[in-house]
Amino acid sequence: MATKVHMEALSPTMEEGRLVKWTKKEGDAVKSGDTLAEVETDKAVMELVARADGQLLKVVVPAGSTVPVGNVVAWIGKPGEKVDGAGTAGAGSQTAGAGSQESGAGAAKPAVPAAAPKPAPAPAAGPRPTPPTPAPVVAQADATRVKASPLARRIAKDAGVDLKLVQGSGPGGRVIKRDVEGGATQAQPVTTPTPSSRLPTPSSRLPTPSSRLPTPGVPYEDVPLSQIRKTIAKRLAASIGPVPHFFLTTEIDMERAAEAREALNKQLGEEGGKISCNDIIIKAVALALVQHRACNAWFQDDHIRYWNEVHIGMAVAIEDGLITPVIRNADQKSLRAIGAESRELAGRARSRRLKPEEYTGATFSVSNLGMFDIDDFTAVINPPEAGIVAIGSIVAKAVPDGDRVVVRRRLRLTMSCDHRVIDGATGAVYLKTLKQMLENPLAMLL
Amino acid sequence: MANSFDVIVLGGGPAGYVCAIRCAQLGLQTVVIEQEKLGGVCVNIGCIPTKALLHSAYIANLLKESKDFGVEAGEVKTDYGVAMKRSRRVADQNSKGVEFLMKKHKITVVRGTGVLQPGKKVKVGSEVYEAKKAVVIATGSRVKGIPQIGLEINKTTVISSDEALLMEKIPATLAIIGAGAVGMEFADIFHAFGVKVTIIEALPRILPLEDAEASDAVGKSYRKRGIEVIAGAKVTKATVAKDKVTLDVEAGGEKKQIVAAAVLMAAGRAVNIENVGLKECGIQLTERGFIKVDKNLQTSTAGYYAIGDVAGPPMLAHKGSREGVTVAEIIAGQKPHPIKYDNVPSVTYCHPEVASIGLTEDQCKEKKLDYVAGKFPFSASGRARGTGETEGFVKILRDKKYGEILGAHIVGGHASEIIHELAVARENEYTVEEVDLAIHAHPTMSEAIAEAALDSLGRALNV
Repeated sequence: MATKVHMEALSPTMEEGRLVKWTKKEGDAVKSGDTLAEVETDKAVMELVARADGQLLKVVVPAGSTVPVGNVVAWIGKPGEKVDGAGTAGAGSQTAGAGSQESGAGAAKPAVPAAAPKPAPAPAAGPRPTPPTPAPVVAQADATRVKASPLARRIAKDAGVDLKLVQGSGPGGRVIKRDVEGGATQAQPVTTPTPSSRLPTPSSRLPTPSSRLPTPGVPYEDVPLSQIRKTIAKRLAASIGPVPHFFLTTEIDMERAAEAREALNKQLGEEGGKISCNDIIIKAVALALVQHRACNAWFQDDHIRYWNEVHIGMAVAIEDGLITPVIRNADQKSLRAIGAESRELAGRARSRRLKPEEYTGATFSVSNLGMFDIDDFTAVINPPEAGIVAIGSIVAKAVPDGDRVVVRRRLRLTMSCDHRVIDGATGAVYLKTLKQMLENPLAMLL
Repeated sequence: MANSFDVIVLGGGPAGYVCAIRCAQLGLQTVVIEQEKLGGVCVNIGCIPTKALLHSAYIANLLKESKDFGVEAGEVKTDYGVAMKRSRRVADQNSKGVEFLMKKHKITVVRGTGVLQPGKKVKVGSEVYEAKKAVVIATGSRVKGIPQIGLEINKTTVISSDEALLMEKIPATLAIIGAGAVGMEFADIFHAFGVKVTIIEALPRILPLEDAEASDAVGKSYRKRGIEVIAGAKVTKATVAKDKVTLDVEAGGEKKQIVAAAVLMAAGRAVNIENVGLKECGIQLTERGFIKVDKNLQTSTAGYYAIGDVAGPPMLAHKGSREGVTVAEIIAGQKPHPIKYDNVPSVTYCHPEVASIGLTEDQCKEKKLDYVAGKFPFSASGRARGTGETEGFVKILRDKKYGEILGAHIVGGHASEIIHELAVARENEYTVEEVDLAIHAHPTMSEAIAEAALDSLGRALNV
């Protein structure tokens, strides 16, 4: 009996995945656990593994296509075995079944990270006459349900066009045939029609405006949203909209911290591994949180979860987006450990090889744009966390010292607070502690 | 100023009066200028009275066969004059209905012939009306003869539908030139009232705009009833005498002479563009002689719009009405849903009825579309057997890949009524599968649509 290979929920928030590359070909022998394909989720490029032994009988979804979680993407079985749904391309005879919607909804819950739907046995194995059972038409189980005509849904599915990205021109913004026909051509750069054709690497594939020279005479360039860009849009809109932000800014004297860093790096010189100002800030942020649990919390609709552990999310800019790998128990780690870990995580974040558990579960975040010469800025809270600090650049400034003027290295830092969790004074006293720690790094040892 | 309105609608037919109502609904002060009766050709000398006469014809045909149904009506006598008078009452009621609607919506109606003037003005007699927002041209169309072959309408032996609709006495024999909707409907009517009818079509088949299978089914039905049908025929000569017309006809390499007491001209209509003042306002025409309009139905002169027959084919009342609504909304500053001209149903109310939407099978072939035809004959329908209306079929042409309904063709009883399921389906881009998924009541003629949809998928249940 042939076994279906489903698009699995490879990250907690994944609702659909883009098949970047099939690493096994039709006819290849596969063992349970073998990597079948690389899948771009909303966060990273992950591996889709076999859950059965046998031969990869049929690849249903070509590389380059985006499919909802729960959809069948391939079949594994005994050589020569017939699969239900072979040759489904477009000749579909059934619309989205309730089953696929359920699996989509389940996958959207964070409670099941990487919990793959068990490979269900094929219903009615063996040869079956027409009608074939196609993969269900894009099932939208979430609130961002797309209004689209049945015909448009079919064309979009076949062309690998994500209906969420299509501007509908029908009544009430309904996506109709005309829209997806246009969409199919627009989406071409991100869809690869045949599994055999060679795929560019994920990083070079994403068409970001900055990486291209503008064509003269073309007023603008439309770039389809990548999975990660979509997630950013959804998550941050869910933050700045419903989350009542307020901002607290303070200027911190970094002279002593910078001196300490220089001294430490000198000492570490031969052993390798450097400490950055960011590492010191992360450590200080974490230690200050230990003293101010009120800021180390999650807002959870009907309750607030105050964390005893301190896990610091560190915003990392990656091509076409950002991601926040987490330094767990940062309060307990040495600067050296934080330095090594943050470099390693940032590196893998940029190559989009983070595991879901490496970018989820932060209790508080730090975002640093100092390297871009930003004086100060406000960061958007990453829910359900209640706070984030935004770090500007460290600049030498003339500051009064008694009746003299001295040049000191200064840092402007802004904390964004979720007012449902943190009140003005609560945030202010936290910042005061943080400021003291950074201005007097020895305080961290207290 | 008493003669100033937001919108002036020139013509009170199904395009113009509907446009005026929609304008009024949107708060625009509107005047309709009509030289004859409100409702235009459709209500007075077109759609409505012919449907009344066709029902008379239907009853006559039904009674002739009623013995089979266990009902003996005795000798069936027909009187066209009575049927005609009834059709007039129906038409008048409808025209009065339009008058009532104008009052209800506080629309001013001016009786007279309007002539366009530059500056969004329309002159009626000595009065000049001025539009603040727009002038809508909805002057419609009229019957036409073919003077080139000696068939100029003389209203006695060479007549048009206008005369046919008002006849007290009918000729013993009638030749109808043109087997489109009008010709076919009059052939049906007059045959039922005992006239020996010959219908002549220049194109290779009757109902030339319909699917070939529909033409064949209706042709077969007509011939069976004793109506002579000649398609692919050329009238080479017409000799018009006082009490008869002799037509020399060439068809299929054969020459034939047809003598009839009268000839009904049903070969197309001419649009009313003369003496309207188009040129004076700089309004341009298309190559085919319709008023040239852009996608907002605006003419080449800003502020002047054209709707209905004058704005181009299909010359159908329901197409004109929709244009009326759309233009009213555009004038009011809205952005109405664009009209899908490829989704206008076409209906011929002869017996059996013919209704269609979208592409014919030949058009699918010409366009090299990858399609599948699904068909269900009414002879397999329980409902159709019950009512004795087993002629005809439902045919659905679906796109092979996505199941899009490319076209649908219905020949049979109530075809005009049941086509709309497919109009709704196409408007909303439902595929044949959604049509099948909607449960159809049993037994109905509409079931044939679901069966044809299934047949196109290779899984019809009842055939």
